[in-house]
Amino acid sequence: MGSNLIDALFIFMLAAFIGFEVIRRISPLLHTPLMSLTNALDAIAVVGAIILVGEHKSTFSTALGVVAVIAATSNAVGGFLITDRMLKMFKTSRPTKP
Amino acid sequence: MMTFAGSQQIIEVIYLLASALFIFSLKWMSSPATARRGVWAGEIGMVLAIAGTLLHHGIVDYKWIAVALVLGAGIGVPLGLVQMTAVPQRTALSHAFGALCVTLVGTAEFYLRTPDVPRFMMAVLSMEVILGSLTFTGSLMAAGKLQEVLPQRPLTYRGQNFVNLSLLAISIGLAAYLVLHPGAKQLFPGMIGIPLLFGILMVVPIGGADMPTVISLLNSYAGLSAAAMGFVLDSKLLIIAGALDGSSGLILSVIMSKAMNRSFTNVLFGAFGQVQTSAATDQEAKTVRSATAEEAAAILSAANKVVVVPGYGMAVAQAQHKVRELYDALSKRGVDVRFAIHPVAGRMPGHMNVLLAEADIPYDRLLDMDEINGDFPQTDVALVIGANDVTNPAARTDANSPIFGMPILDVDKARTAMVIKRGMSPGFAGIDNPLYYLDRTLMLFGDAKSFVGNIVRELGGQG
Repeated sequence: MGSNLIDALFIFMLAAFIGFEVIRRISPLLHTPLMSLTNALDAIAVVGAIILVGEHKSTFSTALGVVAVIAATSNAVGGFLITDRMLKMFKTSRPTKP
Repeated sequence: MMTFAGSQQIIEVIYLLASALFIFSLKWMSSPATARRGVWAGEIGMVLAIAGTLLHHGIVDYKWIAVALVLGAGIGVPLGLVQMTAVPQRTALSHAFGALCVTLVGTAEFYLRTPDVPRFMMAVLSMEVILGSLTFTGSLMAAGKLQEVLPQRPLTYRGQNFVNLSLLAISIGLAAYLVLHPGAKQLFPGMIGIPLLFGILMVVPIGGADMPTVISLLNSYAGLSAAAMGFVLDSKLLIIAGALDGSSGLILSVIMSKAMNRSFTNVLFGAFGQVQTSAATDQEAKTVRSATAEEAAAILSAANKVVVVPGYGMAVAQAQHKVRELYDALSKRGVDVRFAIHPVAGRMPGHMNVLLAEADIPYDRLLDMDEINGDFPQTDVALVIGANDVTNPAARTDANSPIFGMPILDVDKARTAMVIKRGMSPGFAGIDNPLYYLDRTLMLFGDAKSFVGNIVRELGGQG
């Protein structure tokens, strides 16, 4: 548990740094699709909910898990869908270089 | 036992791939040219991760997983197909869903593990459910305000901050007690209920102009609560995704609050609506110059450089398609038309860009505040459509103004400023705008959509 915890903290720190560095570079032009994309990626919480439902340890935990899977899946599907719809609309007036 | 450990390793490798794809997904978002590839990378990562999870040895029953996945996808599709003008409330709603998922999983984990919860795990689990539940109700409130099913005006009362901070303190106190005594099951509902209430009360005093900051902040909370869930479940993938989402939300909140020259605490506890009621009193004496669509069209067609400044009013009037017709009509006459986008224009970060892109305006014509502000003195006409506070020169000059110090678009430096506005009533924040009384400013009174339509008709008639 002890070493797992330290590992997890290292991973969190490194991922947060990558997040800051990558996202700082994103133009304000795309801030709305960025937010809907990170929302969709955040729906990865569905993996925890799936295991909770599948392990079926108690009726209570399964019931909460089912609602959690529904909520997260709708975020993933809806989030990717609307992000792609938004990005499709961004066109440039300059001819695209080959 | 061999296959047991083997399948576990395969799952970990799949999660590793998914994490890498998520990072690529965000990296590709940096440019409109590669951004759609970013969405695909995210989708592949998500599908891989879900498929990998289904291999998990502990799963004994797939029936309910399948039902929930299908139902979730069924709800997700219509949420992905909403109108572009409804994107801010859809985003707030999806923060609420994400937070709901995290809170429910945290709750289930607590009741499965109590009373044997190690202290560190109980601490992150508390953080997970506190952040999750306040984000859930806070985001629902934000979505309700944006959808206008709830009153948009900020609601303030005496002692509001004291009440809110006390609630937060109580829930942290409960969490601390549970860390020391993880068997105290009866306290857990309190640790969820109080933040649920706090989430509602936190958004009650927040007005529409502050929505971009609040949505970004809720975005950050949703990410952090997911990362906390990763600590509880010992899932590296979840920690990474949560950290990416959390840092993204945090960066956006910092950009938004800088663009309003306010701190987080000021946004959350400042009650913007309260301060300004006195500011809007001394405006009767001043005079404004107004113009008709015909006159506006004549000035615009004689201009070389035009900068359009869109604001939330353009979104409300659904005027973006008429604005595109104006852009076409002027471009055809050789007028250089560009758009100046203030970071907090609209109701969420990047809101105006999406609406203008929807109307087929090329994105290289959309310029950020810092890129365009130096060009206003060389601009013949600055046309303000439905924006108010972000063009208010009092932010530069009047130290007594509530928005003093906020970076603005220097519309008042253009040779002529035109403002399309319904009437002379002050904007959302109730602050008077000295721009309207300048000699070089023409007020175009009317609905944004029909007024722009009239200008386009006049331009067409002359050509």
